Amino acid sequence: MPQADQFFRETYSITPGDLEKYLAAALSEGGDYADLYFEHTTASSIAVDESLVKSATEGITVGCGVRVLAGEQTGYAYTDDLEPAKISKVARIAARIASGPARVSTAGLSTVEAAHNVYPVALPPTGRDLTEKLTLTRRADLAARAYDKRIQQVRVGYADQVRHVLIAGSDGRSVTDFQPLVRMSVFAIARQNGNAQSGSYGGGGRVGLEFFQGENAPEAYAREAARQAVGQLDAREAPAGEMEVVLAPGWPGILLHEAIGHGLEADFNRKGISAFSGRIGQRVASDLCTVVDDGTVPSRRGSLNVDDEGAPTHKTVLIENGILCGYIQDKLSAGVMKTSLTGNGRRESYEHIPMPRMTNTYMLAGRDDPQEIIRSVKRGLYAVYFGGGQVDITSGKFVFSASEAYLIENGKITAPVKGATLIGDGPTVLTRVTAVGNDLGLDPGIGTCGKDGQSVPVGVGIPTIKVSHLTVGGTAPRAASSFT
Amino acid sequence: MSEQLEQIAQDLVERATRAGATAADVIVREREEFSAVVRMRQVESLKEAASKALGLRAFVGTRSASAYSQDFSAQALGRLVERTLAMAQATSEDPASGLPEAERLGRYAGDLELFFPDVGRLSTETRLEWARRAEEAALSADPRIQNSEGASFEASSGAKAYANSLGFVGSYASSYCGLSVTPVAMNGGNSGMQRDYWYSVARRSGSLDSPEAVGRKAAERALRKLGARKVSTVRVPVVFDSETSRSLVGHLFEAVRGDSVYRGASFLTDKLGQPVAGENITVIDDALRPGGFGSRPFDDEGIPASTTVVIEKGFLKSYLLNAYTARKLNLNTTGNAARGVAGPPAVGPKNFYIASGCHSLEEILHSVKTGFFVTELIGFGVNVVTGDYSRGASGMWIENGELTFPVEEVTIAGSLPEMLRHISMVGSDLEFRSPLAAPPLLIEGLTVAGT
Repeated sequence: MPQADQFFRETYSITPGDLEKYLAAALSEGGDYADLYFEHTTASSIAVDESLVKSATEGITVGCGVRVLAGEQTGYAYTDDLEPAKISKVARIAARIASGPARVSTAGLSTVEAAHNVYPVALPPTGRDLTEKLTLTRRADLAARAYDKRIQQVRVGYADQVRHVLIAGSDGRSVTDFQPLVRMSVFAIARQNGNAQSGSYGGGGRVGLEFFQGENAPEAYAREAARQAVGQLDAREAPAGEMEVVLAPGWPGILLHEAIGHGLEADFNRKGISAFSGRIGQRVASDLCTVVDDGTVPSRRGSLNVDDEGAPTHKTVLIENGILCGYIQDKLSAGVMKTSLTGNGRRESYEHIPMPRMTNTYMLAGRDDPQEIIRSVKRGLYAVYFGGGQVDITSGKFVFSASEAYLIENGKITAPVKGATLIGDGPTVLTRVTAVGNDLGLDPGIGTCGKDGQSVPVGVGIPTIKVSHLTVGGTAPRAASSFT
Repeated sequence: MSEQLEQIAQDLVERATRAGATAADVIVREREEFSAVVRMRQVESLKEAASKALGLRAFVGTRSASAYSQDFSAQALGRLVERTLAMAQATSEDPASGLPEAERLGRYAGDLELFFPDVGRLSTETRLEWARRAEEAALSADPRIQNSEGASFEASSGAKAYANSLGFVGSYASSYCGLSVTPVAMNGGNSGMQRDYWYSVARRSGSLDSPEAVGRKAAERALRKLGARKVSTVRVPVVFDSETSRSLVGHLFEAVRGDSVYRGASFLTDKLGQPVAGENITVIDDALRPGGFGSRPFDDEGIPASTTVVIEKGFLKSYLLNAYTARKLNLNTTGNAARGVAGPPAVGPKNFYIASGCHSLEEILHSVKTGFFVTELIGFGVNVVTGDYSRGASGMWIENGELTFPVEEVTIAGSLPEMLRHISMVGSDLEFRSPLAAPPLLIEGLTVAGT
């Protein structure tokens, strides 16, 4: 596998001297800092529907984004043409944000080795033969249909990409990375007596195709999607109102992403518009809760060796034993807040300005027995699988939508209920966590986070937890009536 | 510039057919974009760029595959054709696949008012000035507005060309500009901050609302949320303003798009010709609306612009289809092919909207004894397969026809089929601010979950 620095040098003849020249153009009007983000992404995707491979798509995206920072101001321009004249031109456009004498860019750019390689993939998925990928999708299709005769419709999606990046800054750092990413997902519809229900599941990460075996075999994803769809055929109305809620391990970690994670992104806090602004050192969770954002978990979808500003990724403690202790930083915000980088400056592509984003956000395991947590609930909701969520950063109110949930009655999981949105208040919801299981699980690796029009791959994780009260958005008007 | 794109598209179609494709089509787009963000009266960011991309879909019999590139060099396009044809050998035979029937191809000849060169000609200073004025209007509207997430001015202009191996070639240019501002309101202390936003969008800069009007409206919206609280769980009538009713139209679109329907993945599958809503509901999808954000002279498969009546007085009259989904359902395409450069055509809305009724928003609110006026919805709790609906909401509580106090941290839930049948009032105010639009609506029987 070629190193990414050699990739841009070999493929586009970009030399360290060229990079210095572009950085000088970027700082020609002054400014405090400039960086270049070169990207070359090869991607492919497959869609199987009605047991037919209906589409196969492949493409290459190439470009360079130039950023100039002047105080809290950002100038940005990009080009999809790596001709030297084009890059110099966009560097001069980005430069217009500043108004001052030209700054001398650093003399001598040195290549910095990434501190770690958390996704050593021997055979990147994009290089594999299409037929191997087709076989995986067909296996999923067959397994979902074989699960139950009520499964009447199955769709399978597969997508991979390999991204080479070269990031060079006017601080003299030049760093490269090679970032594989693959995911596979199964969507199934079960039908019985005019009632149709759906289920979906999938997985992936910064891995090669060999990942898709064992618990990540296409058949395992398919069975899980089919199981959800069939299980929902018996679902009754979800309860409405505040109640005790137990979250299963893994995907329900989306609670942390919405309730805590976004609110701790430093751009919102630097501007004083987050519900968490100015709350470092304060209690925002029960002392059972320790939450981290960790970009270094091996092979995970949200992991990176270096962030999209070239800074090494970290494991950052956000909440320790209930006390808020850290924000999620990028270069601009860390500079303004005079604090250190956390390796969370991310962007969707070379077309986008980096900003603070999560990587893999999860709560550390506690000591409680998950079965005991469920047994401790007299009447409540057990939420297993979630679709997506959203948060209002400023008010702190967040939602996440359960697609698979059950009633808990007298300590036992009983009837499945229809999908429902759960809503809560970010700065206080974790203060109501009264039990944390010893069973930390991470999501299966298909999460994508959107912020300000930019999508980036992320991960979440959580052990079984109990929240003493949370509003469940079902339709059964009095929660109590569901339990009689 | 469009002629050049047409030439690129035609050449690539020809290259693909020469290389062995039995049919092919190509979409080419180019775009210039600009954005300026001002926050707390200072320039926060300036962004400017031009980009281009193309996508090829090639058929070998009834098999097909697609590929995209930003590199238009002969060498890159040669590789693109080769790869696409190789992939097409490996996909499945699909009898419904293929280009539309040749006799259906064409374009609307009139001017749809999609492109105005003024958008691209504004100076950076002017664009910044608009954002500054909008934010200033919000910041100076009330002493409780002391912070802001910023104001932005965005502009883009571009062109798109489409060609296929049945001989169709066409292109058109379009422009867009938008002004938005997001102030933060505060009641003293650091607790209880609220933010809201307002915006104006247009095809030409002269049609934007004044920055002052946008800023003041954004401030009003943020201020009215101060002191918001939860309410007890209850089943009440819910009034959707035109921003939140537009999201309902979005769910309805998901339910009538051909790909959801042929897969049986919509609660409106097999309902053609049947009553699915009250007789006060008519839903139109119109590609011919001058300046509309969903208007275009032809769709992304070369089908001329048209108007489709989707629901007429409550009866489901048509699904929305591209060539593929039309064949799957034994119907004709409605010209709803929508396609980025990557992948085959999907189904997208033209200007898809609920026709306006005769009630002003005030009349609707006055008719409600106890209810909830929803001004913001968050989350993804909508399942088009089942029609189950459950989303996070905020807005104002209604008592005796008057707005009383702001509400937050509640959900509203019901089922889309039931909601469509229980729209008891349709507002008169219909504004087209995206390809989806709806007037304010009053819907009976939703559950508001709070404490």
